[in-house]
Amino acid sequence: MIPFEYRRAADAQEAVATVAARPDAVFLGGGTNLVDHMKLGVAAPHMLVDVSRLPLTEVEETPGGGLRVGAAVRNSDLAAHPLVRQRYPALARALLSGASGQLRNTATTGGNLLQRTRCRYFQDVTTPCNKREPGSGCAAIGGWDRHHAVLGASEHCIAVHPSDMAVGLLALDATVHVLGADGARSLPLADLHRLPGDSPERDTVLAHGELITAVELPPASAMTRWSTYRKVRERASYAFALVSVAAALDVDDDSGVVRDARVALGGVAHKPWRAGRAEDVLRGAPATEESFRLAAGAELAAAEVRDGNAYKVPLARNTIVAVLRDLTEARR
Amino acid sequence: MTTLRPRAVGTPLERLDGPAKVTGTARYAFEHPVEDPLYVHPVQAAVARGRITGVDTEAAAACPGVAAVLTHRDAPRLEETGDEELAVLQSGRIAFRGQLVGAVVAADAETARHAASLVRIAYEDERPDVELRADRDDLYAPETVNPFFATDTGEGDVDAAMERAPVTVDVTYTTPMEHNNPMEPHTTVAVWQPDSPVRLLLYASTQGVHTVRTALAPLFGLEADQVRVISPHVGGGFGSKGMPHAHDVLAALCARAVPGRPVKLALTRQQMFTLAGHRTPTIQHLRLGCGTDGRITAISHDVVEHTARIKEFAEQTATGTRMMYSAANRRTSHRLAALDVPVPSWMRAPGECPGLFALECAMDELAAACGLDPIELRVRNDPPQDPETGRPWSGRKLVECLSEGARRFGWDRRAAAPGARREGRELVGLGVASATYPYYASQGSEALVRHEGAGRWTVRIGAADIGTGTWTTLTQIAADALDAAPDDVTLHIGDTALPPATVAGGSSGLASWGSTVVAAVRAFREQHGDDPPPGAESRAGTPENPDQKKYALHSFGAHFAEVRVDADTGEIRVPRMLGVFSAGRIVNPRTARSQFIGGMTMGLSMALHEHTVLDPRTGQVVNDDLADYHIAAHADVCDLDAVWLDEEDPHSNPMGTRGIGEIGIVGSPSAVVNAVFNATGVRVRDLPATPDKLLEGLDALRA
Repeated sequence: MIPFEYRRAADAQEAVATVAARPDAVFLGGGTNLVDHMKLGVAAPHMLVDVSRLPLTEVEETPGGGLRVGAAVRNSDLAAHPLVRQRYPALARALLSGASGQLRNTATTGGNLLQRTRCRYFQDVTTPCNKREPGSGCAAIGGWDRHHAVLGASEHCIAVHPSDMAVGLLALDATVHVLGADGARSLPLADLHRLPGDSPERDTVLAHGELITAVELPPASAMTRWSTYRKVRERASYAFALVSVAAALDVDDDSGVVRDARVALGGVAHKPWRAGRAEDVLRGAPATEESFRLAAGAELAAAEVRDGNAYKVPLARNTIVAVLRDLTEARR
Repeated sequence: MTTLRPRAVGTPLERLDGPAKVTGTARYAFEHPVEDPLYVHPVQAAVARGRITGVDTEAAAACPGVAAVLTHRDAPRLEETGDEELAVLQSGRIAFRGQLVGAVVAADAETARHAASLVRIAYEDERPDVELRADRDDLYAPETVNPFFATDTGEGDVDAAMERAPVTVDVTYTTPMEHNNPMEPHTTVAVWQPDSPVRLLLYASTQGVHTVRTALAPLFGLEADQVRVISPHVGGGFGSKGMPHAHDVLAALCARAVPGRPVKLALTRQQMFTLAGHRTPTIQHLRLGCGTDGRITAISHDVVEHTARIKEFAEQTATGTRMMYSAANRRTSHRLAALDVPVPSWMRAPGECPGLFALECAMDELAAACGLDPIELRVRNDPPQDPETGRPWSGRKLVECLSEGARRFGWDRRAAAPGARREGRELVGLGVASATYPYYASQGSEALVRHEGAGRWTVRIGAADIGTGTWTTLTQIAADALDAAPDDVTLHIGDTALPPATVAGGSSGLASWGSTVVAAVRAFREQHGDDPPPGAESRAGTPENPDQKKYALHSFGAHFAEVRVDADTGEIRVPRMLGVFSAGRIVNPRTARSQFIGGMTMGLSMALHEHTVLDPRTGQVVNDDLADYHIAAHADVCDLDAVWLDEEDPHSNPMGTRGIGEIGIVGSPSAVVNAVFNATGVRVRDLPATPDKLLEGLDALRA
């Protein structure tokens, strides 16, 4: 860890102005990922601007009936919030399946979205990594690729995004509010994270100095109230997803036909993956296991696998089918 | 042989060190207060094979607060460099990735770590060779396997018997490289005291203070009594603290570089994956042949495993197979590949643990092949005497353990056909496996017993408590030997200023030290009678056990596991495990239960999770932290229970005990993996059993 300066921002504007003015400054939220990276030498900022105590800690209903979540809301508080539990169970479940109780007590909403890949090679400064050191190569390609991407990867990076929360939020069509030196803007969560392409060092579309201030969920519906999240992992807790699925279904009770569907995947790509192709297949199809299998197949048709991660394709397929089946059965 | 009348022994005395531990006052190595300490951070090799061609320490040395930077160019010379693991910073040759190539000593740990990152080392490196394969042409037979067993054994004609046998199993099992990962990291505080009779003072996290002293004193050209090692409390070792490793030498070298100033060194979790030993990966070829009645006629167990290029450690993987079951034709062998890997060493039940994983899974396969219940197969092949030595058993109660476990666990609810029991989306299976562990007792300890007056006693022996309960259990034994209450006995352990003691390893600690304490009390009574004056004391060494060579002394056990496998995802969860053990007299049911279920938890981890990944391109341990080196988390450890037969071993020692530290991990992984087969019909022969290995089989089961 290199010597660094620490500042506690008085408000969001000051935080943004401070970081935007210095290329070697970064925001500090819960620190559960950044501090590790500083110890490992993966990140070497000379200034930390602490935004965890900014007044961004409220979960509020919006006038339109949605939910606005401050960026500094702790993961455990968000998971326990009654409105989240009632209206957006996929989000509550995604949050509770992440990390450990101690980490969830510290990790923030904004920080969770911006956490970086747990690719081992990214975290080891003695190995090449295009994400950590652009142009140095990718040690994961041809290396230990068990946890790596099967969708949307590039020849420069095959890392996956580790967040559970983001996958839940993505299925719920969340919006991200951002404050930059030039003012505030909003963007769909689906547009926040990037695929690696030839610049895997950039995880998101945010510019240096842009601060996530809130995440907003659209008004709840019957569908979001029945949403769910399933994380497949090797041990019962405290493990990243091999594959995860957030989903919601709106099925016509009379005809048994799917009116609308939301499916998002975790553990398969450089970003939380919205399964648009699967959703297209589901809309208008009967809510049967066969449809679910076809939908999963449509989404995974583009998958490209490597030695160690080929299992993710059948695993994602089975998990999508199982989650949609459980949602359908739970509504009966 | 059993002479101690148990009174305190056998009672669940609460841990005497418990209050100090829960109030944070029990001192672990790093916590010993020393005056004005400096902190050490190691520099590790970034290549796995080659030599150092350049060193630049300028930036590191220039950091404010840095007191010294050591590399092989300027580190103090050691007097002895025969053990290359301990020949730290003595040459520029690199034998594995992560090998120590330098260190920074600084005023605080953060500065030391930062400065260490600024040390620049240039290498001339070659592609490392770290891949273990059974078809390598450089496999060799070691002279013996750990600690002193024959490398190969053979009797009869296995090949001919296999050809004749109507039922055979011929399979290869593999286990991966694994790491011990005690909760407390490997830690050493060192003080070089040029003007003191104790030239080198160490507070070390170790399973044996005298072992550390014996190994380190000659390296520094010192007599044994010029080195003092103190280690009252240890946060787990599991074998990885059984002998000193490179970091102990590094701490002493750094202390010598700053005489008079104490230095503190605690390995990071990542550093523990290269510097503190590991379990070798194994490739195990198992062949079993039997008649249609299940009586085994042939067993062979041929093992391929690795060792480091700079130091040989030959895990005794097939030794359990030599005595486990009857068979007229038998063969075992061990072959090693010396690779560019960190130095392997002891990890809980070296040998028996990986070996019985393969044997007990193969037995499950044999039971299925002859249509027998797996328990019945084991009963039919229970040998009346030790098949290897022909000696009578001091007490082989494997069949009793299996029967008792079957009754308690509800074995009769197991469906004989795999994949037959489904509850909702879960496939449910039960599995069983046998366990065994040899009884070891070491010569070489001494104990000093002193009467303090008014019925108060002090017992001194340099033994270790690595979380196992020695503070409590050795006090219980001493109390019974003295015919005193445990409250009237004060025990002193964990210091080389005390009489010498052997290592806490091979499940031998309490047997060895307890026998010695009993002998010292006996000597005391002979010298001082029943009404001794205050200050009277006697000292004695470990007595010989004449029965050790007449009987086959082994502990036994039976493991049972229930698994639930998600039919869609292959996720394996283990709601229930039971171990039933025959381990001689149990000194303290409370601490014993903790040891048994601790071993079983580690077995559960081995079955489902543990797997060190070496990148063949670089020789790097890729998953060198607990985020990616998975062990069972709390949520994975459910209804886990251990019970034992009420017994004493008449041939082991005055207490009638055998060791209990390791048998809990032996066989438990097989019970889990056999249960996975019973649940799904998928036979996982390569640990760990992860969901991806089941997906294809689950698809077939659905179809």
